[in-house]
Amino acid sequence: MARQKTILFACGTGVATSTAVNATVTEAMKARGLTFNSVQCKATEAPSMAENADLIVATTPVSSSITIPVIKGLAFLTGIGKDKALDEIEAELRK
Amino acid sequence: MRPVPEHGEASLALIDHIHPKALALGIDAQSAEQAISLLAERLEALGYVRSSYADAVVKREATMPTGLPLGRAVNVAIPHTDPEHVIRPGVALGVLSAPVDFANMEEPDELVPVGVVFLLAIDDKNKQIDMLQQIMEAIQDPDTLSGLTSARTAEEIRSLLG
Repeated sequence: MARQKTILFACGTGVATSTAVNATVTEAMKARGLTFNSVQCKATEAPSMAENADLIVATTPVSSSITIPVIKGLAFLTGIGKDKALDEIEAELRK
Repeated sequence: MRPVPEHGEASLALIDHIHPKALALGIDAQSAEQAISLLAERLEALGYVRSSYADAVVKREATMPTGLPLGRAVNVAIPHTDPEHVIRPGVALGVLSAPVDFANMEEPDELVPVGVVFLLAIDDKNKQIDMLQQIMEAIQDPDTLSGLTSARTAEEIRSLLG
């Protein structure tokens, strides 16, 4: 079995929007048969925490120095472009 | 009226997280800061947040804005700050008489006209997932959002979020 991947959910405070996005993505990926480890952080903590993650879902801008894939998470708050963002996350998890 | 669940714990609706005195309709605010301050005053008076909360939210909004572009004339913002400024969890809801500009959460250089403000007091992210998801559901439902924008009475809000 492939190693379980880790998604880092980043937002301004690491408590509000990343929590909502984490819950939405976890539910949606479960429906697609995928599980992952989830970690939440402040956007400012993302560069150091990215080392231990496979991808980032961020609702705020994060440092351009980050080398792992960054997927925009605002779609999970607004509902606009949600399916496309879920497809992108699924593709990363299946890599 | 919402039916009372027959078994187990009663699940709370979004309106149950909004104290009646933390619901403000027809707010005349000239700026995002004014809208936040007015709602934060209510949360403070009701014992939800510390006196440091209002400034902390305004400051955070300047660097990490919370305007959510929904592709509408009137959009939503969800200002909040770190748990250390919060005493107990809750939400203040403000409906503005005219939109004010908030910066876009994802693109802080862009402005979003906002007419509905959910000011969040979050102290423990693991216990407030339901509340946060209910807010997202309200934001993403066009009928609810239209209803909130045009609501004139607390009763209308109650029926939308109950």
